[in-house]
Amino acid sequence: MIDYDAVGLKVGIEIHQQLDTKHKLFCNCPTVQRDVEESNFKFFRYLRLKRSEIGEEDRAAKEEVMRSRRFIYKAYDTTCLVEADEEPPRELNMEALKIAVQIAKMLNMEFVDEVHVMRKIVIDGSNTTGFQRTALIAFDGYIDVDGQRIGIATLCLEEEACRKIEDRGDVVVYSLDRLGIPLVEIGTYPDITTPEMAKKVAKKLGMILRSTGKVKRGLGTIRQDVNISIRDGARIEIKGVQDLDILDKIVEYEVIRQLNLLKIRDELRERKAEVVNEIFDVTDVFANTKSKVIAKAIKSGGRVKAILLRRFAGIVGREIQPGRRLGTEFADIAKTFGLGGIFHTDELPKYGISEEEVAKLKEKVGAGDEDAVVIAAGDDIRVERALRRIIERAEYCLIGVPEETRKANEDGTTSYLRPLPGAARMYPETDVPPVRITKELLDVEIPELIEDRAKRYVEKYGLSYDLAYEIADSEYYELFEEFAEKIAPTIVARVLHIIPAELRKEGYDVSVLEERHFRTALKLIADGKMAKEGAEEVLKVFCQNPNASVDEVLKTLSKAGDLDEFIAKIVEEKVDLIRERGEHAFKPLMGLVMKEFRGKVDGKVVAEKLMKAIKMKIAELS
Amino acid sequence: MDIVGKRVRVKAKGRIFEGIVMPSFTDCLVLKLDNGYNVGFKDYEILEVVEEKTISFPTPKLERREGLPSVKIISTGGTIASKVDYRTGAVTSQFTAEEIAGDVPELLDICNVDAMLLYNILSENMKPQNWIELAREVYSSIKKGYDGIIITHGTDTMHYTASALAFMLSTPVPVVLVGAQRSSDRPSSDAAMNLFCAAKTAISDLGEVVVVMHATTSDDYCYIHRGVKVRKCHTSRRDAFKSINFPPLGKVDYPSGEIAWFVEERFRRNERELELRDRLYDKVVLIKFFPGLKPDVLEYYYDKGYRGFVLEGTGLGHVATDWIDTIRRISEDSLVVMTSQCLWGRICDRVYDTGRYLLKAGVIEGEDMLPEVALVKVMWLLGNYDLEEAKKLVKVNLVGEITPTTKYE
Repeated sequence: MIDYDAVGLKVGIEIHQQLDTKHKLFCNCPTVQRDVEESNFKFFRYLRLKRSEIGEEDRAAKEEVMRSRRFIYKAYDTTCLVEADEEPPRELNMEALKIAVQIAKMLNMEFVDEVHVMRKIVIDGSNTTGFQRTALIAFDGYIDVDGQRIGIATLCLEEEACRKIEDRGDVVVYSLDRLGIPLVEIGTYPDITTPEMAKKVAKKLGMILRSTGKVKRGLGTIRQDVNISIRDGARIEIKGVQDLDILDKIVEYEVIRQLNLLKIRDELRERKAEVVNEIFDVTDVFANTKSKVIAKAIKSGGRVKAILLRRFAGIVGREIQPGRRLGTEFADIAKTFGLGGIFHTDELPKYGISEEEVAKLKEKVGAGDEDAVVIAAGDDIRVERALRRIIERAEYCLIGVPEETRKANEDGTTSYLRPLPGAARMYPETDVPPVRITKELLDVEIPELIEDRAKRYVEKYGLSYDLAYEIADSEYYELFEEFAEKIAPTIVARVLHIIPAELRKEGYDVSVLEERHFRTALKLIADGKMAKEGAEEVLKVFCQNPNASVDEVLKTLSKAGDLDEFIAKIVEEKVDLIRERGEHAFKPLMGLVMKEFRGKVDGKVVAEKLMKAIKMKIAELS
Repeated sequence: MDIVGKRVRVKAKGRIFEGIVMPSFTDCLVLKLDNGYNVGFKDYEILEVVEEKTISFPTPKLERREGLPSVKIISTGGTIASKVDYRTGAVTSQFTAEEIAGDVPELLDICNVDAMLLYNILSENMKPQNWIELAREVYSSIKKGYDGIIITHGTDTMHYTASALAFMLSTPVPVVLVGAQRSSDRPSSDAAMNLFCAAKTAISDLGEVVVVMHATTSDDYCYIHRGVKVRKCHTSRRDAFKSINFPPLGKVDYPSGEIAWFVEERFRRNERELELRDRLYDKVVLIKFFPGLKPDVLEYYYDKGYRGFVLEGTGLGHVATDWIDTIRRISEDSLVVMTSQCLWGRICDRVYDTGRYLLKAGVIEGEDMLPEVALVKVMWLLGNYDLEEAKKLVKVNLVGEITPTTKYE
C-alpha cells in the first residue's frame, strides 16, 4: 500500500466532453458519427512543423514531424471542405459557446471578456490543419467533492479531432466525421491527492456535464486525461482514459512507475552507468538470423542497428509497471517512429535470436556482461531516428522521470506517446474573429444537477436512490416526471429503466427504442387500455418493429392475451400428458396451439410461452 | 507607453494574470497567457511590465553546394510567404525568400538557391507596372546565368502575371510561378510541396513560363501548367489551378520529385533566345457581358482613351445586338477581342446572326484564349505593335496561348 501523502501525489484531471450541437464548431456540418464504409472520398496529406507565433519550435510537435508519416483522411457526405482543410473556418458556433458558458457557470468559473480562438499545434495528423482550434472561455472555478474543494483551472471550447481508423506505422488512416464536433475541455488544479479522489472528481464532473442535457452520450463522447506527479518525479499527462472505473488504477500504476524509475535512477548512479552516444550498424550479425522480424526487415532493404547502455544489464528488463519493463518504454518510442519495437539483451536469446548472435552482437558493439544492448530493425532512417531518441531516453534514466504524454492502456498501465508539449504550440486562429462574452450570453439558466434530481425523486416518489439516480441520469427523466404524476412512479421507472435492461439481457435490440415508444407504453397504462404487465410486451414489439402503430401493438397484445388463455386451457386439459412425459409434452401440445394460432402469432412466441407454461406446470406437479 | 509585445502582470476579474500583450483591434486588452492561450479583458489594471519579449526569427543561411544547378527565387508576397501579423491579427506577407527556403530545407538538395524579395504585396494589389519590373528582374537573372527562376506569388492573380511574363519574355530556362492556398505558417500548408515541385521544374528540360501548384487535394503531385493556359478556378482548394483548353505540360511527383511530361510540343531548355519586350499598353479593359448590360460601358472606356477591349461574351462569343453599333464605331481605332465566359471551348462567331454581325462590326475572335490571357495579350500587342499588326497577331498563336485544335483532355 502506497502512502500517497508521503510520495507527494498531485493529480489534475482534464475532461473532454463532446457537445450535442446541431452543427460543428467551425462549419455547418452535422455532428454525426459515420460508418467508415460510408466514406465517399479519401485523400492524403503530410504535415510539417512551422514556427509558432513567438518563434519557438514545440518539442512534441517536432518529434511528430521527424516521423514524417502519411495521413489518409476519409470524407463523407456529412463533411465539407472545412474539415478537409480546403476552406477557411466559419465563425464560432454560438450554440456551442452558450453550452460552454452554462457549464462554466455550473463550475463557479469566471469568464474572459473576449474569446480568442487559438491554433494548438498537433501534427500527429488527427487534425487536417496540423492544429486544433481551441479557445479559453473561463477560469478559476471549483467543485466540492466529499467535502473537499477541488479547483477548476480552465474551461476551453475546442474542436474534436479526427477518429483514428488504422495505424500502419508510416501511414495513419483518419475519419473526418468526428473532426470539428464541439467539445469542452475542463481542467482541474492539481488538488487531488489520492487515486480514489481522482475517480470521484471525474465522476462528479461527468455528472455535472450530463446535467445540462446538451452533451453527447455514448462510447468515446467523453475522455479523461490525467496529470500526475509525485515528489522528485515528473509531470506526466495520460491521454484518453475512456473507462472511469480504472481511473484510480491508472493513477496508482503511474505512481508505481515513477517510484520504480526513481529506484532505477539510484541504482544506475550507484553503478556509474552511462549511455554510449553512438549507433552501431549490426546488420551483418543477423545475416542468417532465424528471427522472422529481423530477417524480414533485412530482406526489404532495412538495417539492424544497436545502441550500447553501459552497466545497464538487468535494468532494461526490469518491471516498472505490471507487465511492463523499462525495455517496453524503449519499444514504445520505436513504435512512434513506425517500427515494430526493439530487442534488448536482458531478454535475449529469445524470439529466434540465437545465443551466438547475442555474443556476436555484444562483441561488435564492445559490450561486457554488465552492459545492455538495444537493437532495432527496419527502414534505415526510422531506425536511426528511433535509436537516437532511445539514447536520449536511456540517458534520462540517470536523471529521473522524463516529462511525457502517455496513452492509457485498457489494463490501467500506460505507454509512451510523445514528449510533454510546451506552451509554444499556440498561435492565433486568424481566420476566426474574436467573440465578445456579452451579458445576454451570460444570462443562462443553471439546470438541476442529476444528483439533486435523484434526491428529489427519492423524496417525492419514494424510489430507491440508485434507481432514482438511473432515472435522473437518463434522457427520459422528463417523461418519468410527466407520468409519475399519473401512475405509480415505480411502474414508470420500471418501464423506463428496468424493462429495457431486462430486454437487453434477453437479446433484444433496445437501442432502437425512442421516447415515443416509451410514451406509447406509458400512455396505454395511464389510459387504462393496458395492464401494467403489458408494457414488456409492448416494448418487445417496438424492439422488433420500431415503426409499429399503436393499433398493431394492441392487436399483438390482445392476441397474446388470447394465446395466454388458450395455452393455460390446453395445459390444464392435457395435464396427464405433461405428468407422463414432462417437457417432452411440448411437441404434441405445440401442434395443438399452432393449429389455432398459425399465422396469427409468431411461432417462436408461441413456443416460448408454451414451454414456460409447461415448465410451471411441471414445477407445480412435483 | 506602447506595451504590445511586452510581458505584463495584470489585474482583471479580481485575479492576477501574467502574459505577453498581443495587439488588439477591439477595446479589450489581449494577453497571451503562459499556457499559450490568448484572452481578452475589458476592465483591467496593469500592475507591472515584467520584461521585454522581442519577437525575432533566426534567418537560415543558404549554403552553396558544388555541382547543383542554381535557381533564383524571386518573392513577390502572397499566401506562400504569409504569416501572422501582430498588428492586425490577420495573415499578411512578411517572410523573405530566404526564410521560405529555410522552411523547405529539401530545396537545398535540389539546387543552389539565391533569393530576393522583389515585392511584398498581395496579388490583388499587383499592377501591370509590377509585371514589367518583374519581367526585367527575371530577364537580368537569366542573363546572369541562373538555370531556372522561381517566382513566389499570391494565387489570386498569378495567372495574369504568368501570361504577362510569357508574352514579354522569350526565355531559354524555366520560369516557374508558385503559390500556396494555405498560409505557410500552418503545418498543413501546401507551400512546401508546391515550392519543392517548383524547384524540380525549374531545373528541368523546359524553356517557358509555367505555374506549378497542387494537382489534387492530396499531397501526391503538382501539375506544371502552361502560364497562358491556366486559371484559378476555386476560391480555396489546393488544386484551384486548372489548365483550360490544353492539358498540363506535366506533373511532378511528391516526394520523389520525378517529372512526367504530358505534352511534347513545349518549349525546351535553350530552345529560345533570351529576349525581353517589356512594353505594355495599359488602356485595355476586360468587360464581362451580362443580360441587360448596356453598351454605354464601352463608350465610357472609349472616352477615357481605352483602345483595347476584351469582351467576355456569352457562349460561342456573343454580346447583345444593341452593342453592335457601338462596337462598329470604336473598333475603327481600337482592338476588340471576343472571349467566352464559358472559359472552356473556342470562340465561333459564325454560327449565329449575332456573331456574324459582331464580326462585321470589327470584333476579332479570341479563339480558345482565356479572357485574362487575351487581356494581357492585347496589352502587350498594343504596347509593341501598331493597331493593324496587333489585329493580325491577336489571332495568331505566339507562346502557346492559342491551340490550333480543340481536343478532349
